[in-house]
Amino acid sequence: MTDVLDRPETGLNLKVVGTRPDRPDGVDKVTGRATYGADFSMAGQLVGKILRSPHPHARILSIDTRKARALPGVKAIVTGADFPEQASQEMEGGEGAANIRDIAMNCLARDKVLYDGHALAAVAATSSSIADAALALIDIRYEVLPHVTEVEAAMAADAPILDESRFTTGLEAKPDKPSNIVSRMQLKRGDLAEGFAAADVIVEGRYTTPAVHQGYIEPHACVASWSADGQCQVWASSQGQFMIRTYCAKILGVEASDIRVTPAEIGGGFGGKTTVYLEPVALALSRQAGAPVKMVMTRDEVFRATGPTSGAVIEVKLGAKSDGTIVAADVVLKYQAGAFPGSPVAPGCMTALACYDVPNFLITGYDVVNNTPKVAAYRAPGAPISAFGVESAVDELAGKLGMDPIAFRLKNAVRDGVKAAYGPTYKNIGYVETLEAIADHPHYRVPLGPNQGRGLAVGFWFNVGGESTAAVNIVDDGSAVVISGNPDIGGSRASMAMMAAEVLGLPVERVRPIVADTASIGFSMLTGGSRTTFATGMAVTQAAQKVVEDLKRRAAEIWDVGIDQVEWANGSALCLDAARNKPDLTLAAIAAQSGKTGGPIGATVALNAQGAGPGFGAHLCDVEVDPETGRVTVLRYTAAQDVGRAIHPAYVEGQVQGGAAQGIGWALNEEYVFDAGGRMENAGFLDYRMPVASDLPMIDTVLVEVPNPRHPFGAKGVGEVPIVPPLAAVANAVSAAIGVRMHDLPLSPPRIRAAVDTL
Amino acid sequence: MSKQHITATVNGDPVEFLSEAGATLLDALRDELGLTGSKEGCGSGDCGACSVILDGRLVCSCLVLAAEAEGRRVETIEGMAEGGVLHPLQRKFIEHAALQCGFCTPGLLVAAKALLETNPDPSESETRYWLAGNLCRCTGYDKVIRAVMDAGAELRQARVA
Repeated sequence: MTDVLDRPETGLNLKVVGTRPDRPDGVDKVTGRATYGADFSMAGQLVGKILRSPHPHARILSIDTRKARALPGVKAIVTGADFPEQASQEMEGGEGAANIRDIAMNCLARDKVLYDGHALAAVAATSSSIADAALALIDIRYEVLPHVTEVEAAMAADAPILDESRFTTGLEAKPDKPSNIVSRMQLKRGDLAEGFAAADVIVEGRYTTPAVHQGYIEPHACVASWSADGQCQVWASSQGQFMIRTYCAKILGVEASDIRVTPAEIGGGFGGKTTVYLEPVALALSRQAGAPVKMVMTRDEVFRATGPTSGAVIEVKLGAKSDGTIVAADVVLKYQAGAFPGSPVAPGCMTALACYDVPNFLITGYDVVNNTPKVAAYRAPGAPISAFGVESAVDELAGKLGMDPIAFRLKNAVRDGVKAAYGPTYKNIGYVETLEAIADHPHYRVPLGPNQGRGLAVGFWFNVGGESTAAVNIVDDGSAVVISGNPDIGGSRASMAMMAAEVLGLPVERVRPIVADTASIGFSMLTGGSRTTFATGMAVTQAAQKVVEDLKRRAAEIWDVGIDQVEWANGSALCLDAARNKPDLTLAAIAAQSGKTGGPIGATVALNAQGAGPGFGAHLCDVEVDPETGRVTVLRYTAAQDVGRAIHPAYVEGQVQGGAAQGIGWALNEEYVFDAGGRMENAGFLDYRMPVASDLPMIDTVLVEVPNPRHPFGAKGVGEVPIVPPLAAVANAVSAAIGVRMHDLPLSPPRIRAAVDTL
Repeated sequence: MSKQHITATVNGDPVEFLSEAGATLLDALRDELGLTGSKEGCGSGDCGACSVILDGRLVCSCLVLAAEAEGRRVETIEGMAEGGVLHPLQRKFIEHAALQCGFCTPGLLVAAKALLETNPDPSESETRYWLAGNLCRCTGYDKVIRAVMDAGAELRQARVA
């Protein structure tokens, strides 16, 4: 079971924060009443479907929709030509920058298709079967072009070029030939050659990871309605209703104020629902048809045309003194971006050495386009990939030095006051504490049997803050409603209610949290970057504090005393002027007479939260490898993480367990497989093998709490860190079990058999 | 092609609906009967989000034709709480924080109910293998397994009492 270590003394005397109440959305979710993207319907809605490219790379010569249009029941057909021309325009997307032109061309191709599954045209019809028949009647002529799916093949000088107008940026000299390498970035410190010259031991390795999908169980879905007066409504499952509003407005060339987006319950996102695929298409269909349009992806479409995260090549060279001090690191990261620029190679570079205090390093990253789906954010985008390479190399280096992997990491660990490899100086971090938590855990001392191995790895994620709005309104019965603009993907409604309840002094059951549509609450950046409990939680806390100030003012007015004579405690106003002998005024009593003291009680806070504390985790994994079959069984798994303060520890544990499970899948089973023709061969859950219950053991968690002073309750983001260490933790365990360093994921039985055969 | 008229029993109540020849039981539940608690995660029987009990047997409703439901009994997530009182499994899922996004939860609950009706005292391993047909991407299954086993213990206790 879980330990919560070192619950810090804060003097806050918390009553709600840190407890484990039932989640406010629980009953709807266990009874089937929660309304997800595909569960919403409108009267008169049409069925929208998308025609997708069967080629990974082709020029579109013509699209003839005449036969399809003539089919009875077909009400609209749109292609890329139905979206206005876009200039290339970068904008802040919440999980990294986004280019509106690329997103539009990913929703519906123009001129070229760039991957198997790329959307070409869409129809809206009165039934699903008519829509299918119409898709089959659309006649498209292609000039099929050579394609490239692997990252290093795409970087080669003679590779098929996806965009002839693209020249690599970030090089010393402007290149004279177009390239699939979009950009090169570098981070450096010290003198690399000097560093390696001073090293007593050097390890060097080349590692690879395949493209993997976020794997949310809910396919993308939306209903869109474009009214005759130009007012648009969208109901959709996503990580940000405001993101959908912005992207749809830009892609369709309409005002954001003419679009209202209502967030559906979201059936998993993990970063993959931080962009649009269907919504602008559904709106364009609805405009043409004059009726609402519902679109729901199949699982095949989800795999072929959404997500994934980058497949990558990671080259790592590390040098250390014989006492275990790392003196030099050279890291090269080559990340697939898919069809359009924007792999997470930048965060991959920035996180690569974030756990280590290294005097001399060079980190080089390449963002590379290729003929696979445009990548989308996936939980700590880029970080698990670079961590896989670095943590494998660190494991090898510790082994060569004969040092315990925890002692070796502690010797080189970043601490408060150390300048991070990516720039800032660390403050209030709990990295060393997570390593110590693993060292102290009984798991670290369980004896291993034959064919068993133990692996350790650590991970880092920045966590972000950003713009959020929240409102706290008091109901006249003395309860509260908390309104925010962030879809709840991991239990954030519970934490919002808890933070408001803590400030107001109410039982948490008396606080109802709501995620509102874009017309009902102010702007909030999307749910991503592990920002919601931190940033939106800060807005909620401040709004509740404003309400408390207002309640005190009203109590003072009722009692006819100065506001300095009123204290708020346990949900009631206390009169400090003992001579007045006033009984406490409960929130309900004040709310009941709000009309006499200034009207309804409520407050809204909009802010741009700064100071999200970075998060660190250390994971320990035991495996057993069957040398006959190459099958890996995960025997034990323990994850320690600095969470700042767990608002609702059970959901923090859930984040850690879920992230670890996704990382185990990435390490052992999951990968995009393309045939020689560039088509995805495993676009379904049978062949894209995510972990099932019988693949995993219980996942033990240790929540380390080193509070973040910038958050009212000390919270740090928790959702992304836990997917960073597992790839290497599992691979290090497998390498230890078989006695061969494993460099390529997934660690599938054939790979392990082949490695064992080299012995 | 004309639609077929189907009569069946869903959560104890008689229902009738019209079905296209290729429609699945899941399509019928969601689109004809408005029971959207059963989810479509894959449409190929791999994720278990559409799990229902058909004449006492756990099935993926996306792999059953709607026409096959003729004259048969279907139990869905909507029938699990009786008279507004949550089934112990539903309560334990909330208590153990065994759900996050909740999309796989209806299928997991239906499958877990079938497990406890078949095997009232499953081991952890038996629970994990029984639920191996239900994908959950959020939880890592830890709290799900604990919730199901705890619900099993409570149901056994209730039987003794």
